[in-house]
Amino acid sequence: MPPKASRAPRSLWRDKALRAIALQVLVIVAVFAAAAWLIGNVAANFAALDKTFGFGFLWELPANYDINQKLIDYNNQNTHLRAALVGLINTALVGVVGIILATVLGFFVGAMRLSDNWLVSRLAYFYVEFTRNTPVLLLILLWHGILINTLPHPRQAISLGDSFFLSNRGFYVPRPVFDTGFSVAGAVLAAGLLGIWLVHRQGRRAREVTTKNQRVYRYGMVLIIGLAVVVYAAAGAQITVERPLLRGFNFQGGLTLIPEFVALTWALAFYTSGFIAENVRAGILAIDRGQTDAARALGLTRRRTMKLVILPQAMRVIIPPLTSSYLDLIKNSSLAIAIGYMDLVATLGGITLNQTGREMEAMLLVMLVYLTISLTLAGFMNWYNRRVRLVGQ
Amino acid sequence: MRKVILLAACTMWLTTTANAGTLDNVRARGHLKCGINTGLVGFASPNDQGVWRGFDVDFCRAVAAALFGDATKVKYTNLTGKTRFTALRSGEIDLLSRNTTWTFSRDTDLQLTFVGVNYYDGQGFMATKKLGVKSAKDLNGASICIQTGTTTELNLADYFRVNRMTYQSVPIETSSEALSNYLAGRCDVYTTDASGLAATRAATDSPAAHMVLPEIISKEPLGPVVRQGDDQWADVVRWTLNALIAAEEFDIGSTNVEKMSREAKNPEVRRLLGTEELQGRSALGLSKTWAIDIISQVGNYGEIFARNLGKDTPLGIARGLNAQWKDGGLMYAPPFR
Repeated sequence: MPPKASRAPRSLWRDKALRAIALQVLVIVAVFAAAAWLIGNVAANFAALDKTFGFGFLWELPANYDINQKLIDYNNQNTHLRAALVGLINTALVGVVGIILATVLGFFVGAMRLSDNWLVSRLAYFYVEFTRNTPVLLLILLWHGILINTLPHPRQAISLGDSFFLSNRGFYVPRPVFDTGFSVAGAVLAAGLLGIWLVHRQGRRAREVTTKNQRVYRYGMVLIIGLAVVVYAAAGAQITVERPLLRGFNFQGGLTLIPEFVALTWALAFYTSGFIAENVRAGILAIDRGQTDAARALGLTRRRTMKLVILPQAMRVIIPPLTSSYLDLIKNSSLAIAIGYMDLVATLGGITLNQTGREMEAMLLVMLVYLTISLTLAGFMNWYNRRVRLVGQ
Repeated sequence: MRKVILLAACTMWLTTTANAGTLDNVRARGHLKCGINTGLVGFASPNDQGVWRGFDVDFCRAVAAALFGDATKVKYTNLTGKTRFTALRSGEIDLLSRNTTWTFSRDTDLQLTFVGVNYYDGQGFMATKKLGVKSAKDLNGASICIQTGTTTELNLADYFRVNRMTYQSVPIETSSEALSNYLAGRCDVYTTDASGLAATRAATDSPAAHMVLPEIISKEPLGPVVRQGDDQWADVVRWTLNALIAAEEFDIGSTNVEKMSREAKNPEVRRLLGTEELQGRSALGLSKTWAIDIISQVGNYGEIFARNLGKDTPLGIARGLNAQWKDGGLMYAPPFR
């Protein structure tokens, strides 16, 4: 090994390593200076306005406003914190239902897009191009407009068997009312489901050894649900149904899906399903054609080929962009205020902010909540991604 | 380098926080930044030429006339009930003239300064005649359209709680959205200030098909708002309002203001119109002809009311509480002395 040539002392600027370090230091300083400026600016403006920073308003003051969709008990004398919680639950409801709908629709349309049938694949193509190329806010307003303008007034509501009603004030469905025996039966059912899952897992392991299908799952399900029903009947319980009734201006009783919820959830699912369909198509196309041929040659049916060979491998491609679609859906749900759906942004980031004048605190909280939801979801999807990757290999 | 960044940061900091002297800022800028409604017939709506006009817009113009002698030197910002206070407090606008109710919490906790009342209003309900409702007490179980971020939202909750009634709220952002939801039948009733109801009703295809219920469930004194802690600026806005009201009291209108300034005998009129010296005027930085500029270009309070809201407009609102005190109303300007 030849001795290192003694380097002539170079100017600092021409030393590559040193220059790299200097640049990084500069960037860090700039970032900190910007942060310091922002915080300083806020502090100075707060001082100038004689404002304080604090979250006391959340539990010290009554909210004083009503919320039209609440899944937990709430009235206008509860605190702003409670109101924010109602909003958060409304956001979560749209997120969960929207994601499920978007996934089902997206996988369905994505598969249609690959159909050999010309008409089916064209239809799917138009669906995808329409949904993902229109602004989501427009879609929300469109669906809300359609719902409230085309459906009849409650007094002329479309009724299905006098139990289900469709009107521009919402969809009314009967509400099951359970009494005491139900919780016991529910517990039995839950225990049974857990048991069957364990047995099923055991069976799958056994199959890997014996290559023999263990059909425990199907019979087990019948037994478990049957048992729960028997227990429920034995407890002498019965389910009564509370049907919606037109009283005065609106339907009372039953469960109500307000048009704002339906329009928002559906518009978000509609919009997102276009993206998911394309992800699904990309994922399936990423699997070599030979895999299908091989599976078919082994005698697997078309359905089992898709289920056992193609999809498990395609999922590895589908999941990362699917995560982004889910996150987009959740974040887009903050457009709820456009049609008056009382989500987190409309309650904490809207009315509470306005009534209390706590812009900084309310907005920080809203951002923090969205960040937490998104990071949790992303974390779960990453975990799932790692899992299917192992299965796939 | 670090010093340069810090220095730059400090300068930016200083420039963004120095907004104490609103009057000086407005003068230096050469125009007034005024926050108005996103569209409410009679109060703030664009005319055929796309120029904003209305009761609240005219107040912005009056302040501009007082400051610059030119009522056109205003830049308007359209604000919803939700965005208005943030816009004012952040300095995006100098003056908020947008059907804003003067309340304790807004005055104190939100750190706003209400310079006075230019419209005494109250919350009412509007329904289609077809619905057959005669009183607000009949509204148990009704769906109600309501603008979020307003006092009406809180009054409504109170009213139904006190009367042990329930309702379904349909929250919306602007009065045009309220109208479209109401007309589509999404709600049975629309509630807002009575003046807003008159404006909304006038904007429907057949105003006669709708009725305003007799109950007025709240006091809504509406007035111009400025940021708290800038008394000089608040004084300019407050006395512009007082000049408008006083001018009507003394029968000084846009047509006779020049003549009055020469011929009036009443010492208060002479002080208002700059014929005699008004102590403190120059300290506020107002010109000798400030009141003449306001009245000749915008008119007095009565003229503004008649032009935008009065009997000869589609709104057809009677003066009622907004008449001069000598006519049995509540409009009363402190003396110009």
